[in-house]
Amino acid sequence: MYQVRLWSARHSCALERIYNIINPAVLVFLRATTKIFGRRLDKPITLVERTVKQFFFDCQMCGDCVLSKTGMSCPMNCPKTIRNGPCGGVRADGMCEVEPQMRCVWVEAWDGAKRMKSGDNIKQTLLMFDHRNKGKSSWLKVARDE
Amino acid sequence: MNKNKNIANLGDPLPVLPGHVSQGRFERVLRAGHFAVTTEIAPPDSSDPNEVLIRAQLFDGYVDAINATDGSGANCHMSSLAVCAILTRFGYSPIIQMSCRDRNRIAIQGDVLGAAALGVCNVLSLTGDDVSVGDHPSAKPVFDLDSVSLLNTIKIMRDESRFLSGRPLDCSPNLFLGSTINPFVPPVQNRVDQLAKKIKAGAQYIQSQYCFDLDLLKSFMKRAVDEGLTKNCFMLIGVGILASARSARWLRDNVPGVHIPDAVINRLEGAKDQKAEARNICAEIMQKIKEIEGVSGIHIMAYKQEKHVADVVKQSGVLEGRKPWTPQRIENEVKEKI
Ligand code: SF4
Repeated sequence: MYQVRLWSARHSCALERIYNIINPAVLVFLRATTKIFGRRLDKPITLVERTVKQFFFDCQMCGDCVLSKTGMSCPMNCPKTIRNGPCGGVRADGMCEVEPQMRCVWVEAWDGAKRMKSGDNIKQTLLMFDHRNKGKSSWLKVARDE
Repeated sequence: MNKNKNIANLGDPLPVLPGHVSQGRFERVLRAGHFAVTTEIAPPDSSDPNEVLIRAQLFDGYVDAINATDGSGANCHMSSLAVCAILTRFGYSPIIQMSCRDRNRIAIQGDVLGAAALGVCNVLSLTGDDVSVGDHPSAKPVFDLDSVSLLNTIKIMRDESRFLSGRPLDCSPNLFLGSTINPFVPPVQNRVDQLAKKIKAGAQYIQSQYCFDLDLLKSFMKRAVDEGLTKNCFMLIGVGILASARSARWLRDNVPGVHIPDAVINRLEGAKDQKAEARNICAEIMQKIKEIEGVSGIHIMAYKQEKHVADVVKQSGVLEGRKPWTPQRIENEVKEKI
């Protein structure tokens, strides 16, 4: 949801803290389920990830989540899917060049990063993503070191 | 036969000087510490190569390199690769603009090799305008890469002599790598960070968006200089020749990323001869930009005002009497063909 997405980037600091607390537990859980069930639970786990991240970030399930490096603003909502933004067309009021009714995803990202402890990660170059991962779970990818 | 051979030789690459990456003149001019001037050609809606040459000739003796735009504004024109190939055959020094809108990583890497093979020495990496603003809004936007990952890709091909996939190249492309920056639109505070990112990804020169606001430029450049960014990257600042107050307003309202302060438009509006005043404004801005620390050159974007580029450069005096190299020897030959 657009409004929630804006809220998330503006509360990137709190979300980062929550993420840092629950992330280790989630990874332990996912590794354990992988050990016991193999890949049989991939579908429901992916569904949970999709639901949670869609609610908070309008997640597009690119399969290569970089939210922690983009100020909690999902770059895949940029109409040009820029992973190192913004483009040069941002409107004077901070709205997107392509969709004037939407805040530029990358204006929100740099703003969100400012509030995060590891906000400097936004300065790393993010390489192009692997299109084969589209629709797959990022959580499982990290848990399995894929 | 003989004639053609002669022409082909004009575009032959120069030896790579120490500390240089390319075989082109543009890099040499910048590294020698000269104040460089570049401009751009709007590729024709035509299959006639002479139209490219007629446009290029307008700049003879006043610019160090000519950008060939790549479907700018998401409108269809002759490809930038073809324009560059025509220009190199005649000894010009083109900068090939590569946008990520229309091609994926397979096509782009192929074009990078092709451009280098055709004698192109400079490339400018852009994300590109969205298809929705152009004349084919129903086209599929690609955006497989963005301007930063494209820089990185070409850098890998040049420095590591391989494709992204890891497959080795027999001969790597010696390209002088550039990109764009727009210091005049949000997030203004982070545009310097973005510049740093682009330099890290491989940018060796930058051509900026139109500058009509010197205060914004000065604060941007100050931060860039303070952070040491201009040591590793040549900054060419974009300037524009406006046609009239009305067209300036149109540009500001309709072209993404163009920031023109009211003061500039009011000055144009108040002038008797708006066209001449627009050239005065451009020349004045150029002179002031030249004084700013860390700036290495000017990039003139004069869409539909190309015939005034030489005059404005002359009027501004930024070349300080230097005459950029031009393929003089072929002048007559091209005219014959025209
Ligand atoms: S303005 Fe922002 S969201 Fe819109 S295309 Fe450019 S970078 Fe993407």
